[in-house]
Amino acid sequence: LQESESENKLDGETASDSESKSEFGGSSPVPTSDDTPEVLNRALSNLSSRWKNWWVRGILTLAMITFFFIIIYLGPMVLMTIVMCVQIKCFHEIITIGYNVYHSYDLPWFRTLSWYFLLCVNYFFYGETVTDYFFTLVQREEPLRILSKYHRFISFALYLTGFCMFVLSLVKKHYRLQFYMFGWTHVTLLIVVTQSHLIIHNLFEGMIWFIVPISCVICNDIMAYMFGFFFGRTAWGKLSPKKTWEGFIGGFFSTVLFGLLLSYVMSGYRCFTCPVEFNNDTNSFTVDCEPSELFQLQEYNIPVVLQSVVGWKTVRMYPFQIHSIALSTFASLIGPFGGFFASGFKRAFKIKDFANTIPGHGGIMDRFDCQYLMATFVNVYIASFIRGPNPSKLIQQFLTLRPDQQLHIFNTLKAHLVDRGVLGSLEDA
Amino acid sequence: EVDLEERLRELDLRSDLDIPDVPPPTDSTPEILKRALSGLSARWKNWWIRGILSLAMISGFFLIIYMGSFMLMLLVLSIQVKCYHEIITIGYRVYHSYDLPWFRSLSWYFLLCVNYFFYGETVADYFATFVQRREQLQFLIRYHRFISFALYLTGFCMFVLSLVKKHYRLQFYMFAWTHVTLLITVTQSHLVIQNLFEGMIWFLVPISSVICNDITAYIFGFFFGRTPLIKLSPKKTWEGFIGGFFSTVVFGFIFSYFLAQHQYFVCPVEYNSETNRFVTECEPSELFQMKKYSVPPLLRAVLGWETVNMYPFQMHSFALSTFASLIGPFGGFFASGFKRAFKIKDFADTIPGHGGIMDRFDCQYLMATFVHVYITSFIRGPNPSKLLKQLLILQPEQQLSVYKTLKSHLVEKGILQPSLRG
Repeated sequence: LQESESENKLDGETASDSESKSEFGGSSPVPTSDDTPEVLNRALSNLSSRWKNWWVRGILTLAMITFFFIIIYLGPMVLMTIVMCVQIKCFHEIITIGYNVYHSYDLPWFRTLSWYFLLCVNYFFYGETVTDYFFTLVQREEPLRILSKYHRFISFALYLTGFCMFVLSLVKKHYRLQFYMFGWTHVTLLIVVTQSHLIIHNLFEGMIWFIVPISCVICNDIMAYMFGFFFGRTAWGKLSPKKTWEGFIGGFFSTVLFGLLLSYVMSGYRCFTCPVEFNNDTNSFTVDCEPSELFQLQEYNIPVVLQSVVGWKTVRMYPFQIHSIALSTFASLIGPFGGFFASGFKRAFKIKDFANTIPGHGGIMDRFDCQYLMATFVNVYIASFIRGPNPSKLIQQFLTLRPDQQLHIFNTLKAHLVDRGVLGSLEDA
Repeated sequence: EVDLEERLRELDLRSDLDIPDVPPPTDSTPEILKRALSGLSARWKNWWIRGILSLAMISGFFLIIYMGSFMLMLLVLSIQVKCYHEIITIGYRVYHSYDLPWFRSLSWYFLLCVNYFFYGETVADYFATFVQRREQLQFLIRYHRFISFALYLTGFCMFVLSLVKKHYRLQFYMFAWTHVTLLITVTQSHLVIQNLFEGMIWFLVPISSVICNDITAYIFGFFFGRTPLIKLSPKKTWEGFIGGFFSTVVFGFIFSYFLAQHQYFVCPVEYNSETNRFVTECEPSELFQMKKYSVPPLLRAVLGWETVNMYPFQMHSFALSTFASLIGPFGGFFASGFKRAFKIKDFADTIPGHGGIMDRFDCQYLMATFVHVYITSFIRGPNPSKLLKQLLILQPEQQLSVYKTLKSHLVEKGILQPSLRG
């Protein structure tokens, strides 16, 4: 039964797999299963299948964007939950592809083990981040305190249990399959779980660091598509024949512009620019602070070149907008490589979409493939250029050292401060 | 031109038929040994070769320990590179992908990137004073993560650009294979080096315990072995397992006792900027000072002593030996399963009689991570030099407020005497 299933899939895919036909000139590809809601089906029943596909895509796009705005409005907690759900769904999609590729759905233990590893790695990451942000809450409750003190050891023990279960589950006939699935699971975890945790780190830095990057990637996606549709002529590469240089460059400039405008609008609101903090008294998240330098309007001199074009001598901008140029540039130039990576992956394993979750678009992974590298980039960018390490975290770590180590560090810090003139040598503040 | 048959066969990886049987390994025994042993039968010859090589490796190990921390670090690095090379070569053979465009260069490039990242994160902390003096190094340290990420990204983009129509799947397999290999070999080797910096004893005792467990489990199995342990490795027996466990614990105890007496092994490794060398000199911490322990009543009857003088470290060695004996073998089973899955007898032919470097180090996989997690959870907190480095890159106002907090804390604890000036 499995053989004939794969045969059918191959046949169906061969016909629609050739990407050389553009979606507009040739026949529209037949989805493997049509899970468009009935409502839409009836509303669009009059149109030809080509336009129907367009409309479905368009309506779903608007639906997703509206949904995005709603959850932003609902606050950080809901956002975190959504990120978590997206992560689990992406993991599930990629693992299912692995099962399909290797016909390994019935491997002993393997489904359980995959979910177990997902749980372990999430436990480890959430433990590390939650401890930092919820420090006072954790210190108050005794069981939480012990869990946090020995967190790494507990996570490692949990992971080891899974590892030993894997070794014990190795069955003579299926060694290779089992190792493949083990490798597949780990690479998936590496991609999906680490990215989602970096997104949450960025979120805690300030919602603007979450919203602007994601929006830039989405904007680039849409703009490159439109520019490609209207002006596309020169093919970009053999990997994705539908991408064109015109789309690429047009997308780049639109995204930079969009980034600048979106940052300008968002920088005015505290709920976006302030770091998310957990208030122990109200037991909820608050975003209230004195906006940092990045979010205070400053006068910039326009370079002479642009002065004639724009007509102004100076302009008032937020420093954050300059950073947004870096973020948009990355989203436009390197983000697409994530998309090519996913395209290559789909071709390698002969699948059209990661799954059928979103009608007209495919799976969740299809929407998030360009976001892969963005989250890591933003996190590295923040850590390198915006802020250094978190001072309260450093104080925490300091308190766990031995007295002689503490004294050594204190003296070195003091010498450094005196050296820099921050602390007067005779002053004993 | 759709070759359905071929496509079906390609997708159906259940059959192990497409993996070529590996030709018998080339005999890399040195000529001199061959001549010396030419009189014996093949079985005993194999025994002698294994025995001689084991002694050679152990002696080499002692020699390098004598030569110091820096040589040890180099040794760990070479082993890591060799293990990586061995596993990647197996991947090439399995997938017939030796001629994939760019892939060999990309694999080595990723190895370089990941090593650069890790060495920058860990080793740079230890050389803090050395680094402070040189401007260019300061720049590299300050933006280390960004530079590492940029280097990695370059490799990633090169990979995407190198995708060739006919070879997509192979290329993705090799990409994943490379990353999993990096995850296993490079992270472990860096944890080994971090353990080393904590004190050479934290490097020597775990590795020796694993080796001891290997050897004593083999000996017990040879003489007393009857009940098989696991289907994966039919040669392993319960008698060997249990005998190896007890011997390793005893060995760990005794070995720790001897090592704990010498500052050379016990002190954290530090880099002295004046002499430009590594020094291991310090006031031994509590762990390495003799204490009187009361013997529990159970053992009192057996041993006849009421109290015993032991180093606290020996209690920790008990945990390390237990892990080496109980969980270490799972690393070995994992490697056995891997070899069976890919139909190879040994990882490579580097060491005559033993196979590749990976064959010797497979049980060590999890040991290094365990020791590292153990040290950070139970022995000491975070790394002080890393903490210092992070303090020094804060903004001056932040540094000042941290300074005040620390000072009030130290005064409160009585570590720092409050005084009128500084």
